[in-house]
Amino acid sequence: MAHSHDHHNGGHVHHHGDHPHTYSQDPGAHNARMQSDDAYREGAVTQVEHDLDYYQVRMMALMNVLREKGLLTTDEMRRAVEEIYGQSPAIGSRIIARAWVDEGFKERLLADADAACGEMGVDTTGINRVVALENTDTTRYMVVCTLCSCYPRQILGQPPTWYKSFPYRSKAVTDPRGTLKDMGFDAPDDVELIVIDSNADCRYLIIPQRPAGTEDWNEAQLFQLVTRDSMIGVGDPLTPEQLEEAMQASEQAT
Amino acid sequence: MEETRYRVGDRVRIKEMYPDGHHRTTYFVKGKTGVVNRYFGKYKNPENLAYGGDGLPLRELYWVEFEINDLWDHEAGKKQDKLYIEIYEHWLEPV
Repeated sequence: MAHSHDHHNGGHVHHHGDHPHTYSQDPGAHNARMQSDDAYREGAVTQVEHDLDYYQVRMMALMNVLREKGLLTTDEMRRAVEEIYGQSPAIGSRIIARAWVDEGFKERLLADADAACGEMGVDTTGINRVVALENTDTTRYMVVCTLCSCYPRQILGQPPTWYKSFPYRSKAVTDPRGTLKDMGFDAPDDVELIVIDSNADCRYLIIPQRPAGTEDWNEAQLFQLVTRDSMIGVGDPLTPEQLEEAMQASEQAT
Repeated sequence: MEETRYRVGDRVRIKEMYPDGHHRTTYFVKGKTGVVNRYFGKYKNPENLAYGGDGLPLRELYWVEFEINDLWDHEAGKKQDKLYIEIYEHWLEPV
């Protein structure tokens, strides 16, 4: 199983690789950041290595050491990387489309998401526990990992950059409705908005509401409406009209 | 039914601890009072796993529900808005 660097595998210094000036409450992390900032200022490593990020250089050096010591082969590393890139939000969209057409499946998904994913051939053994949550007319969920970037990668692929960004991670818990507005979505005033901080062992999959006007659609058609953001809880699925527009736009582009 | 330290519906306070090293309890819930709304089971302790340990003994993991406006000095949301977060048993104390 390829590790997708969630925090339970160890520390989470990788975020400082994304951005060396990330804020932190932790003095140890602060010192580490100062040191990485120094490396940036010197610029020696990055310039020699054609502007590769400091942590990319460090990662490549580590891979070479592991290879030279015979602890990992090139082929094993390639397969692990391919496994990570094989994960995509389409896996989640398939699960949601099934839940929309099959009430029994949806109930099983809500009761035991790992088993329900298994029914669809989706392997979630790399996640301690998958939890599915259903949006309704009265309740909406949105997911954030305030500590780092925890995300159901086996179901949704790699998290989008904004999900890992400091502004999203802080604003989602201090002003969730404002955060949704920033992302182009207005949560109705009377809905109960529940922010899920994905901070420990669970990874969350939101079951968005099935769009109106799709009553006679089949599973394969519905699949096209399920966006990644709707499964994180920061947007709605496409409407049939939006899908139609998107298809026309892509036809015109080709 | 498994015997657990806390039950769904219990009011709990998150301990205001600032231990050195890795832990999964976010600072903004420390010292705050919420309600247990789900029990997830027993999981390895990340505070030990982070340093190459075996994560044992396993810790009970709970979902704790907060009114989002109880977490901050400012108005963070509508009065019905919530935050749910996973908290290990050793960070909880009864209210």
